[in-house]
Amino acid sequence: MTNTLLDFMIVSIALLAIGIYGVSVKRNAIRMLFAIEMIVNAANLNLVAFARFLPSSHGQTFALFSIAIAAAEVGVGLALIIVAYRMYKNVDIAEFRSLKG
Amino acid sequence: MADAVFLALSIMTIGSAIAALEVRSLIYGSIALMGTLGGIAGFFLLLDSPFVAMFQIAVYIGSIAVLILFTVMLVRRQLIFIKIEDKRRRYAGIGLMLIMMVGIGAVVLSSGIKTITTDAPPVDFRDIGGDFLIYYWPALILMGFILAASVIGALTLARREDVTNDQHAS
Repeated sequence: MTNTLLDFMIVSIALLAIGIYGVSVKRNAIRMLFAIEMIVNAANLNLVAFARFLPSSHGQTFALFSIAIAAAEVGVGLALIIVAYRMYKNVDIAEFRSLKG
Repeated sequence: MADAVFLALSIMTIGSAIAALEVRSLIYGSIALMGTLGGIAGFFLLLDSPFVAMFQIAVYIGSIAVLILFTVMLVRRQLIFIKIEDKRRRYAGIGLMLIMMVGIGAVVLSSGIKTITTDAPPVDFRDIGGDFLIYYWPALILMGFILAASVIGALTLARREDVTNDQHAS
């Protein structure tokens, strides 16, 4: 294999940092969800990279679990955003004062 | 040493991640997010994990990205293009991002990880199936319950009371 573990980790760190930037700066709820997806993907990349370089199948198994749980999280997150949008006619999280129906 | 495919994938992944957050339109942002997720699938292929790569493409690009696109289209037109941001918060965020990159990067570089390379054969995907069914079967069942609960929860949340009441009335 021509690439080292460090190469994959650098990409993963960059993606994590961009995700944290998105979560801390953006006020748009949908963009915050994008940023969370990036953080989850950075973690998955690390899991699979370590599983390849320290030969084991468990890292890939954990990555599959993580992808499935992320799918569930996005489903619920988008439903919450739709409910909040219906209540406030906005997707700006600063406008969301309560989630009481 | 990184090769050309790796470099191209890195530029595509990180570039589209920045575009997803910074591009003005949310629709183009979601398409850029698809690029990021596709780039990660490419990294999985480079890491000799085709099963996880296919799972990534099927779940992330096939369902999550499409779900996000539909949600964006449900939002009012003006809100798709509006970008509300605090300037000071933005600079603080960029600072935080750089600190994280340098900090974690320094820790990783000093940990001796850069010497790790491998010549081991890639893991067979049958081993992953074995892991799921031998070691992690309780977690697999729990994950099934969580997925079912999240789908039911999302449906319950997004249900419109007024529409159902109208239907009952008519």
